[in-house]
Amino acid sequence: MELTRLTARELGGQLIRGEVSAQEAVQAYLDRIAVVEARVQAFLQRDPEGASSQAVAVDERRAAGEDMGPLAGVPMALKDNLCTRHLPTTCASRILEGFRPPYDATVTARLRAAGTVLLGKTNLDEFAMGSSSENSGFFPTRNPWDLERVPGGSSAGSAAAVAAREVAFALGSDTGGSVRQPAAFCGVVGMKPTYGRVSRYGLVAFASSLDQVGTLTRDVADCALVLAAICGVDPLDATSAREAVPDFPALLEGGVRGLTLGVPREYLGQGVEPGVRENVRRAIAALEDLGARAEECSLPHTEYALSTYYLIAPAEASSNLARYDGIRYGRPAAHDDLLSLYGNTRREGFGPEVRRRIMLGTYALSAGYYDAYYLKALRVRTLIRQDFLRAFERYDLLVTPTSPTVAFPLGERTRDPLQMYLADVCTVPVSLAGLPAVSLPAGLSGGLPVGLQIIGRPFDEATVLRAAYALEQGAFWTRTPPPEEVGA
Amino acid sequence: MEDVEHVMKLARLDLSAAEREEMRRQLSDILEHVAKLQELDTAEVPPTYHVLKTREIWREDEVRPGLSQEAALANAPRRRDGCFQVPRVAEEF
Repeated sequence: MELTRLTARELGGQLIRGEVSAQEAVQAYLDRIAVVEARVQAFLQRDPEGASSQAVAVDERRAAGEDMGPLAGVPMALKDNLCTRHLPTTCASRILEGFRPPYDATVTARLRAAGTVLLGKTNLDEFAMGSSSENSGFFPTRNPWDLERVPGGSSAGSAAAVAAREVAFALGSDTGGSVRQPAAFCGVVGMKPTYGRVSRYGLVAFASSLDQVGTLTRDVADCALVLAAICGVDPLDATSAREAVPDFPALLEGGVRGLTLGVPREYLGQGVEPGVRENVRRAIAALEDLGARAEECSLPHTEYALSTYYLIAPAEASSNLARYDGIRYGRPAAHDDLLSLYGNTRREGFGPEVRRRIMLGTYALSAGYYDAYYLKALRVRTLIRQDFLRAFERYDLLVTPTSPTVAFPLGERTRDPLQMYLADVCTVPVSLAGLPAVSLPAGLSGGLPVGLQIIGRPFDEATVLRAAYALEQGAFWTRTPPPEEVGA
Repeated sequence: MEDVEHVMKLARLDLSAAEREEMRRQLSDILEHVAKLQELDTAEVPPTYHVLKTREIWREDEVRPGLSQEAALANAPRRRDGCFQVPRVAEEF
């Protein structure tokens, strides 16, 4: 069997048993990248030399008898807003061209310590602001299922690279759906953990009360494995949670018998494509067949979530992105004085969507508008969170579509920001409430993947994963794109 | 949205006249959409700034290793004498 068809867990097992070397695994992935990357365009930077030397090091340590753990030697990629020491980290923005962080993000360091091999940095919507990768300052990534369609975003390259078998797994970041929505569009598993579960140190800040690192994997078992490697308190991030991290891979079995699922009706109403609705209903029926009890419920403030998010996230972004001034790092523009250095650098360096959000956020925070916009949104955020916490008094999990549509054609929504924002309507409320949620493949509609979102109580990723695993084991749907689509 | 120029100044973002016009139009659309929040009476609802249980994080007040001066300056477009160099901001007396 081709090495790139193995899941991370399977490949890790073969590596442990000495059936394959890390150097062979890396070479298999570099060969695969050579075949499909020109079409998919998932990577902003690749590091084949670095990957090869990391693989040599893993093989040498194993040969010396060291116990390296389940992910050692497994090739992976990181979204290019996760800092990598001495390797470019651009956030897909011209303003960070040439920037080489002097430190690793905590998740980067943890994956290095686990012996995984970094193949490169993946494309995203600039500063993780977008839902299609079309806001990348460099180029759009393509959906491996249909190269004329978007892969979703903002963790576009990470999702596409996993789907196209260019890496065994990848990390992304999720502020309003940026891991889950591209996972849905690309037919892979995407997990956003509870806010605080994973350190944000070295994740370039977009909206600090929402940002969370997440995983993109071929299946649910891989999700548990990668999650276990990156979760846990970090002294370098005061918002990282001290809650004990369960042994996720050991908790996958057990099934869904006895679990009660809430199906919020607001997520299956107007605007949801029939093909998405049918597949989600079928997945819920499958969970019932496996022994779960499902019941319709209501999260009454759902319709306010998108507006709330598009005030809070830009407000936080406008503050976080004030640091890009052309002085400490990044590319400065031509200027006459300090103010024109700021103004020109930021105008030339930021793309249209980032500018729009900086302006919107600055406005919402400015004198005279703070109460009406920003503070109002923070109060509605409380109502949205209360909806969820009330539902979780009755239900163990909530089940919804991940996105109301399948992957849309490139260029379809670029002219209308509000249309683009609608792609996140099912994921944004979960982010505002800080809850864990996974998107997993739940069938095809018109030949394109549909994502099912399973949402859990705070810090209860384990139950989310258990239900996702049960569904995946009993499922019959395709997980990898047809080879003709990616040209292999 | 009336005050694009004022917000530009606050955000230190210089836009051309054409860009300003487009920004004014797009922000007005978005603000019209988010005005939906005014339907809700939130007078008695406390704001949620973040979802963590509020708490203080303490540690011993001791020196720990950090970035070296050289590493911190490594990405600076202009530096001089171990500092970030910026355009002159004050006139000579």
